[in-house]
Amino acid sequence: MRADHGVGEAVLRRARWGHGETAFWLIAVAAIFVFPDRYLILTEMAWLGLFALSLDLILGYAGIVSLGHAAFFGVGAYAAGLLAVHGIVKEPVLALVVAGLAAMVLGFATSFLVIRGSELSQLMVTLGIALLLRELANKFSDITGGFDGLQGIVIDPVLGLFAFDLFGKVGFIYCLAVLAVLFLLARLIVYSPFGLSLRAIRNNPLRAAAIGIPVNRRLIAIYTLSAFYAGIAGALFTQTTALASLDVFSFERSADLLLVLVIGGAGYLYGGLIGAVVFRVLQDMFSSWTPQFWQFWIGLVLVLIVLIGRERMYRGVQWLPRLVLRRIAAARGHAAAPDRSAS
Amino acid sequence: MTALPTILFDGIAYGMLLFVLSCGLAVTLGLMNFVNLAHGAFAMIGGYVCAVLVNRSGVPFFVALPIAFVVSAAVGIVMEQTLYKRLYHRNPLDQVLFTIGLVFMAVTAVDYVMGSSQVFIHLPEMLQGQFQVFGIGVGRYRLMIIVICGLLTLGIQMTLANTRFGSRLRAAVDNPRAASGLGINVPQVFALTFAFGSGLAGLGGALGAEILGLDPYFPLKFMIYFLIVVTVGGSQTITGPFLASLLLGIADVAGKYYVPKLGAFVIYTLMIVILIWRPNGLFGRVAQR
Amino acid sequence: MFIRQKTLVQGAVAGLLLLGATALAARAEETVKIGLIVPMTGGQASTGKQLENAVKLYMKEHGDTVAGKKIEVILKDDAAVPDNTKRLAQELIVNDKVNIIAGFGVTPAALAAAPLATQAKIPEVVMVAGTSIITERSPYIVRVSFTLPQSAAIMGDWAAKNGIKRVATLTSDYAPGHDALKFFKEHFTAGGGQIVEEVKTPLANPDFAPFLQRMKDAKPDAIFIFVPAGQGGNLMKQYAERGLDKTGIKVIGTGDVMDDDLMNGMGDAILGAVTAHNYSAAHPSEKNKAFVAAYEKAYNQRPGYVAVFGYDGMHLIYEALKKTGGKADGDSLIAAMKGMAWESPRGPISIDPETRDIVQNIYMRKVEKKDGQLWNIEFETFKDVKDPGKTKK
Repeated sequence: MRADHGVGEAVLRRARWGHGETAFWLIAVAAIFVFPDRYLILTEMAWLGLFALSLDLILGYAGIVSLGHAAFFGVGAYAAGLLAVHGIVKEPVLALVVAGLAAMVLGFATSFLVIRGSELSQLMVTLGIALLLRELANKFSDITGGFDGLQGIVIDPVLGLFAFDLFGKVGFIYCLAVLAVLFLLARLIVYSPFGLSLRAIRNNPLRAAAIGIPVNRRLIAIYTLSAFYAGIAGALFTQTTALASLDVFSFERSADLLLVLVIGGAGYLYGGLIGAVVFRVLQDMFSSWTPQFWQFWIGLVLVLIVLIGRERMYRGVQWLPRLVLRRIAAARGHAAAPDRSAS
Repeated sequence: MTALPTILFDGIAYGMLLFVLSCGLAVTLGLMNFVNLAHGAFAMIGGYVCAVLVNRSGVPFFVALPIAFVVSAAVGIVMEQTLYKRLYHRNPLDQVLFTIGLVFMAVTAVDYVMGSSQVFIHLPEMLQGQFQVFGIGVGRYRLMIIVICGLLTLGIQMTLANTRFGSRLRAAVDNPRAASGLGINVPQVFALTFAFGSGLAGLGGALGAEILGLDPYFPLKFMIYFLIVVTVGGSQTITGPFLASLLLGIADVAGKYYVPKLGAFVIYTLMIVILIWRPNGLFGRVAQR
Repeated sequence: MFIRQKTLVQGAVAGLLLLGATALAARAEETVKIGLIVPMTGGQASTGKQLENAVKLYMKEHGDTVAGKKIEVILKDDAAVPDNTKRLAQELIVNDKVNIIAGFGVTPAALAAAPLATQAKIPEVVMVAGTSIITERSPYIVRVSFTLPQSAAIMGDWAAKNGIKRVATLTSDYAPGHDALKFFKEHFTAGGGQIVEEVKTPLANPDFAPFLQRMKDAKPDAIFIFVPAGQGGNLMKQYAERGLDKTGIKVIGTGDVMDDDLMNGMGDAILGAVTAHNYSAAHPSEKNKAFVAAYEKAYNQRPGYVAVFGYDGMHLIYEALKKTGGKADGDSLIAAMKGMAWESPRGPISIDPETRDIVQNIYMRKVEKKDGQLWNIEFETFKDVKDPGKTKK
């Protein structure tokens, strides 16, 4: 299903909007009504999902690994925070775009350092950049507020109409809307000729160059775009929490992000979103169960995911709905062999 | 002007320590192409074994060190045989996920058993303090680190260069398929090497507790440093990480001494600059796989 | 498909929770809920654990009912990351309907929750975080811990008066470190002292060697140190390793470096170190002896200052509830907490009615050996110290 060889028709088929996708977004919207007391964690899932999507763009589609994606998240977060504190751009949506652009500039500048080198050196260069930014933010504490974080962030109502509330409803809907728009954009991009050329590069850069794809330029472009997405995720974070502190750049944030994407699976856009939901649900579940030792259980889950194998696990998860669907289909069409094993 | 030799000395000791801690990681990465982020957990095990033996059972420090090595190595070989082995051929992201999971579990387990406070190892009197050589301050403990780590490095280098096992290992690194075609039991070489690397990490953890501190978050806190050493040094040789450790150790200490305002930036900047200049590490060959 | 499954499960769980919540609501008037948000994982984990221990100890000693109300503590782990703190506080307030939020291991965490306390009119009892500004961020914040300027300023005064002329400083390069340095420097130089060297160490700093070497080369009478909890031990070990203890350079600092629960591990190198702080486990009062004995019995470990903060925090909440006769709304509680004074294991303390900040004695202590163990022995007391970070304004 995630084979890379099918070009042409296969791509067209995959680019078509599927029922599963409709269901996904319907459920996302339904969450607004179903979980009125969990808006905050849903909001986190939304921006984390967007953040993971931005990593997916480079990892899943262009094969660039990063352990420092928090750099762009952090720049977006601080940009949104500073814009609000100094009243430069008051309206959140506009500020969001500006913050995204700030991250994008950094993404473009650093892309030249990142796209060369082996995977390991990519990991370490990106990590180094994020850690350097963290130290810089600490040094320039008169601008960033240093360790205490940026103080006095007040976010104006979205579009001048919807004020952020204590329950986080507006925040969630806002994040979800932004996520949806950017998701659709990403979807268009990855199925465009540009996106396909990226996949060619990921699979074999030499061959891609041989058929005339400007490899470096494409990689720089997608890296810059990914930085834009991460910046927006960071800005959403700041706007919904009114916080921006040094830990937006932290190694843990980048590492968690990688976990999220790997849990969900890279290279089909939904992986980041699903991973964000799963990761946050697990974290919330374990940490309210045992605030001291939840990391152990998260660790265990990660180990098990790998040992059992992701593919096998998804099949397991899909077993029940598939069974139900099959039953329905069978009942409706009086089809033969309704009892065939559902594995 | 007596500072320079002391700074060099401190830097070398720090670098040596980094090397012993991360050399196992370099080997697993170079040999098995396996990203073992849980490497620091083995170091932590060694550190805690040593601390418990010395502080609670009164075992002499120099006896506890080899025990720390053995215990970590034993844990390493058990893990290798039961878990790691199955993952050598998986994609690197699965390996990252798996080993991070292990780190989380190790961190919490140690926290549960030993508590989250920092642990100190009670050192024998003879290792404490400093003495003067030609007006240069020489820390006894750091001198011991340099001696132990120096001997280890020599030993490893000799083993690699002159023994049968060494040549098998080098063959396995260069081309595992060809090596097994020649009748070398590659999985066995892997397992032994993994155990030895884990043991070294355990020894490093025990030695480093005095300087780096030891608490349950050790594997997470120092993961970055191990990775930096391995990336900068390249993972195909032992000399690469060794020189990289020394370079980073000295640069970090000297940087912090001479320009303390920029202290935090030195190691990261150095790493980025080196990796831009030599993307495969200072001494890395072009990756084959 | 995957999502749908997950959501189904979530729905079921949420439904159950809702049921549970309505069942609880019937009894809600009888309970006072305290949301305790502390770092239980990550580098600050030991802070959270000490706080939790102390809170449990207090409730064990004083029962879980006060003024006819049952006290329920809900523990949450924020790993010292402010956005976690904020979300957890918000959920505790909105979903669990807590009456009080408490804990807060680091300053950013306490600051992140401040707007929520104001908005929901719920007391925020700060049990650890020590930057001056915190209590100014919401009229509902009360602090039982300390502020760094309290001890740093006193240390500066004391050093200048006690024959220390030249000091080199080594402080962590982050807000609390800057606070400590600023107030020490101001008071020390005002008393005629001279700062000969000033070094700020990075937060993530494995090796103190180069910084300590700088200290040594500056040949001061003493070095003033402030590093975050957990690094003090390393620093002191390397201080000894470098032979600074032999050169007659004294160590002075704020007392958090000589934390009672860690100092025995640091070894004899710290003998003679002078620090200014609000609590020493060796504080010679009956109250403290009982507290230390009970804590050691329960957890097999000497309590540090963080444990005392947690203990006092619970005491403040209990006493405030007694005073309001069980009324648990934010305004009544805050009114009751203002000006409250009591005898804590650290000595007499009170809550400043104007700033809602802690007023406490600051003790000068020296590390000495007694019965084979290291203790901070108090030798001079500065009474009823307010936060100098605020009184200046």
